[in-house]
Amino acid sequence: MFQCPKCHGQMHTYNRNGVQIEQCGGCRGIFLDYGELESLTRLESQWTQQAPPAPPAPQAYPPAQQQPYPAAPGPAWGAAPHQGGHYGGHHRHKSFGRMLFSS
Amino acid sequence: MTTASVARALGGLAHQGAHPPASCDCAPPEVLADRPDGTVVRSGPVVAKAHAPDADPSDLAARLALAASPRTAGILLPPLGAPPAPPAPPGDARAARTVEGRAVTLWPYGRPVDPADPDAAPWEEAAVLLARLHRTPPPDPFPPMRGPAKAARAVARMRAAGPPPGGDPDAGRTVLAAWRSLPGWARGEAPAPAHRAGFLCHGDLHLGQLVRHPVRDGTPDGRWLLIDVDDAGLGDPAWDLARPAAWYAAGLLGTGVWLRFLDAYRAEGGPAVRAAGDPWPELDVPARALTVQTAALALAKSAAEGRGPDEVERLMLDACARIASLPGELAAPSAS
Repeated sequence: MFQCPKCHGQMHTYNRNGVQIEQCGGCRGIFLDYGELESLTRLESQWTQQAPPAPPAPQAYPPAQQQPYPAAPGPAWGAAPHQGGHYGGHHRHKSFGRMLFSS
Repeated sequence: MTTASVARALGGLAHQGAHPPASCDCAPPEVLADRPDGTVVRSGPVVAKAHAPDADPSDLAARLALAASPRTAGILLPPLGAPPAPPAPPGDARAARTVEGRAVTLWPYGRPVDPADPDAAPWEEAAVLLARLHRTPPPDPFPPMRGPAKAARAVARMRAAGPPPGGDPDAGRTVLAAWRSLPGWARGEAPAPAHRAGFLCHGDLHLGQLVRHPVRDGTPDGRWLLIDVDDAGLGDPAWDLARPAAWYAAGLLGTGVWLRFLDAYRAEGGPAVRAAGDPWPELDVPARALTVQTAALALAKSAAEGRGPDEVERLMLDACARIASLPGELAAPSAS
């Protein structure tokens, strides 16, 4: 754990698409190690190359869905729409596990 | 007057409840929970619970009578002990035992949701049980549901704890701003709007409030039931959906799990939300209150543990920031 160079809050490590980033718990500033910005840029360019998607060919069966549920309504103050739940599936966070079971 | 001595006394009571006096080789009693508002100890098939020291005896008696009542059979786990001859006078019944001034009740042991496997959690069953509870005609009189009071208590605890180290020093202020956006009834300062207030509610739903009973070794356990009636009472049934709703809105709970829960509740005819379409007009205020409650407790706990809020806790704080930045008309007292 190291300190934020700007506000001296604690930095926390996250993994975003395979890239380790450090974010400050105080000012939310982000620190990237050498090469990480390039990794993110590469990921971004891969993303833009994919878009726009070609129109899908007609299919006899619905394809295996990445998003099995239609967009569900949420409150005005809700987080950006999400599908798996950031903490669901195989990457369930221990802290969320505790939250599920406590008042 | 330590919680250890309460736990010891509860272990003795649970053990006495497990079988007639005789020499035995029972395993030592196991502490299932030890908090100021509830200490729970198991001995074999019996669980003894010491309730909060400030629990109102007649309210507690009414809540226990509800759990023992045939009207909640198959919904709430009933306490052990012969049902009282109706009607039990307030303060009498099964809450007569006390340990160090705290009312004690005995319950059958039920198997909880596996905390290591929340994906296997019975979301649909929880929703069905809530819908049935909400549709149950309430006893008259009956105490109010304590959800808003608990939210207020969490905010008070956060204020007393001060800011956690290393986190955003303004986080507490953000939580308070979100808290102030709520109408008085959701802060425990006024009765809920009459058209939403008369339903039988659990008051503190989370995955730790479900057990399977009876427990049968070798064969599947019995049905899922709700436990812990300490906060049960009359109120807005949307409160019981609000904790999962808050997790969903914060981005913690996936859309799939949320819709399974919501759809099962609707399919069972639950009255908390409209039967179809956007449920958020009903969910909004309670879900905001549970978001504030969860964030306030996260700050209080992380301060007590000398650490900054973790990634999950910060998502709840982020949700508070979005609530606090909502336009003012959404905070109008008439919102329900």
